[in-house]
Amino acid sequence: MNLDKRIAQEGQAYGGPARWPISRFILWALPSAFLLAFFFYPLVKIFALTFEAQALTAQENLQIVWRVTRFTFYQAALSTLLTLALGLPAAFLFARFNFWGKSFLRALTAIPFMLPTVVVAAAFNSILQLPVFSALRQPAPLTLILLAHVFYNATIVIRILGAALAQLDPKLEQVSRSLGANGAQVWHEILLPLLKPALLSAVLLIFILDFTSFGVILLLGGGKVSTLEVEIYLRVLKLPNLPLAALLAILQLVFTLIFSILYAQALRRSSHPTAPRFSIARPPQTLREKIFVGVFSILLLSFFSLPLISLPFRSVLRLEADRGDRAQVQIGLTTEYYQELFINRRNALFYVPPIQAAINSIVIASLTVLFSLALGIPTAWALAKPTNLEKILDPLIMLPLGSSAVMLGLGLILTYGRALASPIFIPIAHTLIALPFVIRALQPAIASIPERLRQSASVLGASPWRVWRLIDFPILRRAALTAATFAFTISLGEFGATLLLSRPELPTIPVAIARFLSQAGGLNYGQAMAMSTILMALTLAGILLLEKDHHA
Amino acid sequence: MKKLTLIGCVILSFMFAACAPAAPAELVVMTHSSFAVSEAVIRTFETQNNVKVSFVQGGDAGETLNKAILSKDAPLADVLFGVDNTFLSRAVEAGIFETYASPELANVDSIYQLDSTHQLTPIDFGDVCINYDKSYFAQHKLALPNSLESLTQPEYKNLLAVENPATSSVGLAFLLATRAHFGEGYLDYWRELKENGVVVTDGWETAYYTNFSGSSGHGAQPLVVSYASSPAAEVIFAEPPLTDAPTASILEAGTCFRQIEFAGVLKGATNPKLAEKFIDFLLSAEFQNDLPLQMFVYPVNQKATLPEAFVKYSQIPAQPAELTPAEISANRDAWIEAWTEAMQ
Repeated sequence: MNLDKRIAQEGQAYGGPARWPISRFILWALPSAFLLAFFFYPLVKIFALTFEAQALTAQENLQIVWRVTRFTFYQAALSTLLTLALGLPAAFLFARFNFWGKSFLRALTAIPFMLPTVVVAAAFNSILQLPVFSALRQPAPLTLILLAHVFYNATIVIRILGAALAQLDPKLEQVSRSLGANGAQVWHEILLPLLKPALLSAVLLIFILDFTSFGVILLLGGGKVSTLEVEIYLRVLKLPNLPLAALLAILQLVFTLIFSILYAQALRRSSHPTAPRFSIARPPQTLREKIFVGVFSILLLSFFSLPLISLPFRSVLRLEADRGDRAQVQIGLTTEYYQELFINRRNALFYVPPIQAAINSIVIASLTVLFSLALGIPTAWALAKPTNLEKILDPLIMLPLGSSAVMLGLGLILTYGRALASPIFIPIAHTLIALPFVIRALQPAIASIPERLRQSASVLGASPWRVWRLIDFPILRRAALTAATFAFTISLGEFGATLLLSRPELPTIPVAIARFLSQAGGLNYGQAMAMSTILMALTLAGILLLEKDHHA
Repeated sequence: MKKLTLIGCVILSFMFAACAPAAPAELVVMTHSSFAVSEAVIRTFETQNNVKVSFVQGGDAGETLNKAILSKDAPLADVLFGVDNTFLSRAVEAGIFETYASPELANVDSIYQLDSTHQLTPIDFGDVCINYDKSYFAQHKLALPNSLESLTQPEYKNLLAVENPATSSVGLAFLLATRAHFGEGYLDYWRELKENGVVVTDGWETAYYTNFSGSSGHGAQPLVVSYASSPAAEVIFAEPPLTDAPTASILEAGTCFRQIEFAGVLKGATNPKLAEKFIDFLLSAEFQNDLPLQMFVYPVNQKATLPEAFVKYSQIPAQPAELTPAEISANRDAWIEAWTEAMQ
């Protein structure tokens, strides 16, 4: 505990609030202009049009609000706990140990995060059809929802907490052990307090994602349960009641704001500079470590690959031969689905070859990475050592995650009209979603840069550029890679049709998959599987590339 | 590095803006995301009228209509395609369309001309019917259900997958078929279906590819609410080619619901004359012949010819369920809410 306090005090002593208001202004100019133009202003516009005070007094409205809010909290809390239960040991595994196939396994855990929900459901389904799982054929909707949330979000714990674990000086642990602390004490008194900012960041992101979950609830809930986000969608489009939808949307924003404020407060009480370090991972040595690494990596591998493996499998496997004539299904291998991707059989106007869809996806994902880092780095920098005003601004950063996509989409239409069909809005919309992740991934790392190192370097005659290059950059680089990975995968997997007006000539891979799945027929299904496989391969390659130096 | 990134962004955004085509005369057509057409067909219209047609998609049919209604003061497009008969009254009441009676309507049967104000012009139709997996029924020597009532029989327990009418237009169509058939008693019917293990999914994709055993997803249910044209799609998109459809539709009286899709000229269109020409074009033989294999729907123009696979494997029910757009519009929300309540 003493060590803990001392570090905290030192941090405060050296890294006080900013002294350069003009530089702060510059840091904020771009991010705030972006959020005002593409988020706050459109939202205010749509709420001004749809919100009515009477919605608050209608009895049946309040019943719906209560029912939906209760379930939203319930499933989000359960999902977050379960995600932590899998993610914490996984983060520890990746940060502390080197083992064969580690980069691949790490990249694998990020894939579900960007796969379209309908593809994941199809994948889960083909697994559940195996005879082994026949008992699980009709699980309760809640079980499936929780499972899907863990499957999607475990990567957040692994990446955000992993980045923090990798920065921890293992000497802290060694010293405290040599001073007689046991394992539990080391965790409770040294590691957990030091990991708190990253842990809080991860918990907040996961909770908000589960809280605003849409596709998973719609797809797996069987219409029996609905969250705020799903109910807003229903009340805007299917059972139109715009005042109720506006009420629910405002409520969801308020809850998101409250979570973010709680987070900011908890974070302020625990910011620890730690020594910047390069990789501390090593091969497992003791028997206990070997068992942990062996068992847990196999567990992770099967949890993440079993459902995913069915996609590439089905993309080259034909189960349809002569189905109409004979009852028996014949199985054969085929590359037909991949070949078919390149043929515009119906001379369709909106046909694009898969290469073009992949290029569209990659260009948009790269732009999203650029945009969100350009906006996220200055914001995270400012928020890492905040002035009083910035402490108020901090929670607002999370709001884009808590806003209903349907409502924001209508707001954007009101604000930009026809211009919304311009392709530049695709990476802008993706950046809006990625930005909270990017900022929260960068913030703990920037806050952990020890001011005294910087000052000693200056005193010893280093130029500000040299200080930045030798001290800030190495720490920032690792966090920026994590942030970039998030932005990249979020963009690759984002469907985004609800949010924008889309140009059908410019489909991304998820849009192409959705097109195949919207018509009946074996070739369409096979091509959807082939496209999903391409999407998975792209993401794997992208993540492996982004994280290449990570463990060097 | 930050600076470089920023400069990169600025340059890229300019490049993107520069990529956007700026043809002199442009007609913007807004559609739902299932819209598809042959390239040659659109190019013909473009050369004939010296215009560039560009498409924007606004999500599913409901989302697209909503976006059009919300933006009526500054319309997003000149023409809107894809309002169906379940949304017809709401679209007309919103007053977002110009009236236009196309001369091509002379070739369209009056049963499709549901909008007497001529704001919306019928373009195509398709029937939502129960599809069945032929080999399942052959293997199990099970008779086909021959009415909505028979689906509550024990021999069909756990065999039917339907879509949630609150989230899916196909699901809504089937709910409307049951409402038309059973009247006030439709909720009792649904409770019996629930007792008999009906599986409810959020949308067609899940019901067809995840639950239906006759599709390539090889699900668990041999009966699914889909389109009467789906069996034709199974043949057309088969690999290797099939000589017979693996699925078929149940066409008994009152078990199907007909969806009719309309298009209209949006008020405030920048070029209303061209927009009207585009409506004529949508009803022309050229576009109507192209419809079936692009969107798997039927042309309303009597002079259009159907492709062979459609004639062979897609069937048209003789007596689909009947409900007027006004009835649907007045009650759809209440019916869906009551259904949701009953199925909880």
